[in-house]
Amino acid sequence: MLTSLYAAPHLTVRFWPVVMRNLLVWKKLAVPSVLGNIAEPLITLVAFGYGVGSLIGQIDGMPYIDYLASGSVAVSAGLAATFEALYSAYSRMAVQKTWDSILNAPVALDDIVFAEMLWAAIKALFSCAAILVVIFVLGISRAPSMLLALPVLALAGVTFASLALVFNALAKGYDFFTYYFTLVITPMTFLSGVYFPIAQMPPWLQGVAEVLPLKAAVDLVRPLVLGNIPAHPVQPLLILAGYACSGYYLALVLTRRRFFR
Amino acid sequence: MPEPLLRIAHLTKKYGDATVVDDLSLEIMPGECLGVIGPNGAGKTTTIRICLGLAGADGGSIEAFGMPLPAEVREAKKRIGVVTQFDSLDPDFTCAENLRVYGAYFGLSRAVIEERVPKLLDFAALQSKAGAKPGELSGGMKRRLSLGRALVNDPDLLLLDEPTTGLDPQARHLMWERLQNLLQQGKAILLTTHFMDEAERLCDRLIVLDHGRKIAEGTPRKLIAEHLESDVVEVYGDGAPEAAAAHAALAERVETSGETVFFYLRQAKPLLDALADNHSIRYLHRPANLEDLFLKLTGRQIRDDA
Repeated sequence: MLTSLYAAPHLTVRFWPVVMRNLLVWKKLAVPSVLGNIAEPLITLVAFGYGVGSLIGQIDGMPYIDYLASGSVAVSAGLAATFEALYSAYSRMAVQKTWDSILNAPVALDDIVFAEMLWAAIKALFSCAAILVVIFVLGISRAPSMLLALPVLALAGVTFASLALVFNALAKGYDFFTYYFTLVITPMTFLSGVYFPIAQMPPWLQGVAEVLPLKAAVDLVRPLVLGNIPAHPVQPLLILAGYACSGYYLALVLTRRRFFR
Repeated sequence: MPEPLLRIAHLTKKYGDATVVDDLSLEIMPGECLGVIGPNGAGKTTTIRICLGLAGADGGSIEAFGMPLPAEVREAKKRIGVVTQFDSLDPDFTCAENLRVYGAYFGLSRAVIEERVPKLLDFAALQSKAGAKPGELSGGMKRRLSLGRALVNDPDLLLLDEPTTGLDPQARHLMWERLQNLLQQGKAILLTTHFMDEAERLCDRLIVLDHGRKIAEGTPRKLIAEHLESDVVEVYGDGAPEAAAAHAALAERVETSGETVFFYLRQAKPLLDALADNHSIRYLHRPANLEDLFLKLTGRQIRDDA
């Protein structure tokens, strides 16, 4: 049978060459990419952290630059995965027809969507690692628990990649992604306690924030980066995993619908 | 009697109310080149997509190498090579990398891939372009690289969807030579094309598709003999319409397309004698060919989607 649109993901090891393909392209552009990954947070942290931070002083009992830096890592995981799974995946899917050529080989669409999700998460991890290096070098934090943030950031990358692939499957052009950033990602960033605490917001809005994946990622990553173990890790982990699984499944169904008419 | 590599039986595919493949049956034997010709929208590409499991069928059955499709499409694809109508080469990779990366999709080991890549570049006449990216290649080179890529898994069956569309004559001839080479190696080819000379030159058997239906099947010569008069006289020029009216009785069939009148006949001499003194026309006497057959079977009108 041709895979039914709603069938459970059918994965094989053939997803791996697709991840390797994307890694090979990335390697060709690795130097500017890594430099950008390091320069961007370096500039932002220095400018806002020390600049705005000197006006603000302490937030939630920590220096503003600590607050900002630890939140920025989580945002970076989300943004990097989202960019890769929207613009780059869309190029491969709809513009370059890379997916079409892969589908003529014994690789199924389920493998490709999984590979794109995984690759976007790997790429997000690259940029998070770069920021952690900047945080380490600037001396914002030198806590060993920073290393524990990496698997959490990988999970956040998977979550945001899966959500982005839903919109990738629906897109008719790059313009569509502007809505996703303007209406979903940007408001979510402001509601997730990255740049400022949300405690002064109306209670209903705080309730909304409680179920946002970026808020969950920030709640886990901030203490880990700054040398603490999160007090209540279960709920945010479940939120991230829940968005990841349902996002991936929905993305798969919509992508199948897009391809197998 | 060997088993066919590909057997399609009563295949039907609908998009809404439109039937794009209509009760199509065909077989390809080992080492055979089967041509599928038909106007745009006749169902050629859709049929190939269904064979690859990229579109679902509404009826009928397909077997490749004795395996039912789409159930075992992944297994079958290991033995199939595909060249699509539009190049889908990886623009970020060199020619050699395109071949290597594609080989990995088939699960080939590094050693096998490294051994095959130089041979495939050689086959595609791209040895000197191994380090060039597709953007630096001509149209013909890209098509040959696509063909080379389709051979990376050493397939038994090739599905080629208009592999020479958009190429100049030199590039087409080189492509034909490569395809003949593959047939001599014993590979089977399903070829769709709009070029009748290509179909005549390469294909052992032809299927004419129109509106998703098979309307004729046979060897090129047999099809021409079956459906057409042996000779054609084409008449052009100011006096052509008058000539058509005056000499219609000398031909079995007369067709007018734009400024040109086609006389289909078995004995050309009476007509040629009658036209000889007419200075308001030019004419050409030639044997009937596949293009005549194609136009007779599918009509001269332009299709909506053409």
